[in-house]
Amino acid sequence: MHTVLSSAKASVTMGPDQPFCIIGERINPTGRKKFQEQLRANDLSSVEIDVHDQIAGGAMMLDVNMGAPLVDEAKLLGEAVTLVQSLTDVPLCIDSSVVEALEAGLAAYQGKALVNSVTMERERIDLILPLVKRYGAAVIALPNDEEAIPEDPHRRLELAKQLVGIATEEFGIPIEDIVVDPLAMPVGADHTLAYKTMEAIHLISTEIGVNTTLGASNVSFGMPDRHTLNAVFLPMAIQAGLTSAIMDSRTAQIVTAVKGADLMKGNDEWGANWIAAHRAKQAAADAAAKAAGA
Amino acid sequence: MTPDEILKGLYDETMVGNKPAVLALTQAGLDAGILPETMLFEALIPSLEEVGARFERGDWFVPEMLIAGKAMAGALDLLRPLLAQTGVESVGTFLMGTVKGDVHDIGKNLVNIMLEGAGFTVIDLGVQVPPEKFIAGIEEHQPDIVGMSAFLTTTMPMFKANINAIEKAGLRDKVVIMVGGAPVTQEYADVCGADGYAADAATAVRKAKDFVAAKRAG
Repeated sequence: MHTVLSSAKASVTMGPDQPFCIIGERINPTGRKKFQEQLRANDLSSVEIDVHDQIAGGAMMLDVNMGAPLVDEAKLLGEAVTLVQSLTDVPLCIDSSVVEALEAGLAAYQGKALVNSVTMERERIDLILPLVKRYGAAVIALPNDEEAIPEDPHRRLELAKQLVGIATEEFGIPIEDIVVDPLAMPVGADHTLAYKTMEAIHLISTEIGVNTTLGASNVSFGMPDRHTLNAVFLPMAIQAGLTSAIMDSRTAQIVTAVKGADLMKGNDEWGANWIAAHRAKQAAADAAAKAAGA
Repeated sequence: MTPDEILKGLYDETMVGNKPAVLALTQAGLDAGILPETMLFEALIPSLEEVGARFERGDWFVPEMLIAGKAMAGALDLLRPLLAQTGVESVGTFLMGTVKGDVHDIGKNLVNIMLEGAGFTVIDLGVQVPPEKFIAGIEEHQPDIVGMSAFLTTTMPMFKANINAIEKAGLRDKVVIMVGGAPVTQEYADVCGADGYAADAATAVRKAKDFVAAKRAG
C-alpha cells in the first residue's frame, strides 16, 4: 500500500517497497526551554535553522508541533506551517493534540499533509476525522482508547483495526491515507517494551496492510548513548515492517543506519542511494580538507 | 555479620538494585536485633538518596533507578508493619493520578516506584482521574501531597480544573500539589497554581520530601 504526501511542488511516497520515510522530529518545543520562550514571544526564528539542519541530515518530511504551554497554539501552528513551506518543499506532518491548531495548520498548508494524530477515542475521532476528510489529508492513527495505552501488541492491533474501520467506513477516508502508529515506548522503563513495539508493527502491517510510523526517539528515553540505541532500533523496526518514523534526522549515525536498512531490505535499487550518499560525504570531506589547507 | 556490615550491605545492595540480597539482609538485620528505623534511616533511605543524586547528575540511568527503587520497596514491605507498631512516623502519603482525558502512565509509574522506594505511602488513582476522584481520594487517604500527571497540551489545563475543585471542596490548604509530565514546565505549574513541579522522578522525590519536611515543621 502506498501513502502519498505532498507539498505544492513535491511529493513523497510511503510504502513497504519504498525507501523508509524519514520525518524530522525537531520542530517541537517539548523539552526545549529556549524554544518555548521564543514561542511565547511569537519568535519563530529558530525554526529556520531546524528546517535547514533536518533537510541537510536527510529528512524527507518534517513534523511541525507548536505545543508549548501558555501559547496560542493554533495561531503559532498556522504561522509555522506557512513559514516552513516558504523554506522547503518537503511535505509536512501537522502535529497537535489541539483540534483548533490542527485546523489552523491544515488551512495554512499547501498540498496533502499528514495529520498527527487521532486516537481510538470517540470524542477525538468525531473532531479530527472530519477535518482530515475536508482537507483531503492523511492521518496518523494511534491505537489507544479512553482506558489505556495498551502494552499488549494484539490489543494495539485490535484498536488499530477498529480505528481504521471507522475512518474508512464512517468518514470515507481512503485506507492508504491512514498511517498507524504502533507506539514506541521507552526501553529504559521496561526492557520488553521495544520488542512489543516490533511485534505490534509486524501484526499491524501484515494484518491491516497500512503504512506505519512512530516517534522513534521515545525508545531510548532514560538511557545512555541514545543515538546508538535509536540507530539499532530503527533497522529492527524496519525489518518488522515499519515504513516511516518521526525521528532524529540530524544525527548521521541514525540516518545512515536507516539508509543501510533500505538497501538490505531491497528498497535501494543497485545501492544507488547508498553510493550517492557516500560520494556526497566524500565530496564534503574533500572540500573541508581543501578549505583547511587553503 | 556485624550490624555495621549488615547496614553497609543494605546500603550497597539497594544501590545496585539487588532485591534478593536486600531482602535477605533486611531479615538478617531483624534477626540480629537491628531496629527497623535504623535500617530505614541509616541504610535504605541514604542509599536511595545517593541513587537519586547520581541520576540527577546524569551518572545513572532510568533502569538503575527503577531496580534500586524496587529493591528498597521490597525491604519496606518487611519493615512497614514493624515501623507502624513502634510508632515511627511514615515519610509521607502521596496521592497520584494522571488527569482526566489522559491515559499516559509510564512517567507517573516511574515516579510512584521512586516515591515508594523513598519510603512514601503511594496511592495511585490510575489514569483518566476526574476532579471528583482526586477529592474523594484526598478525603479518604488524607495525603500530604497530591501529584498530577499530564502528557498532552490539551490535558494540562486539567491541573487548574482539579486545583479549583480541590479549593472549592475546602481541601486546598490540607495538601501540597505537585504536577509533572512531558510538556509541563515550572512556569506552567506556577500559572495553574500548583505548589511544585519536577522534570524527572528523582527531582520529584527530592521535592516531595522537602515539602513534607516543611509541612511538618510548619
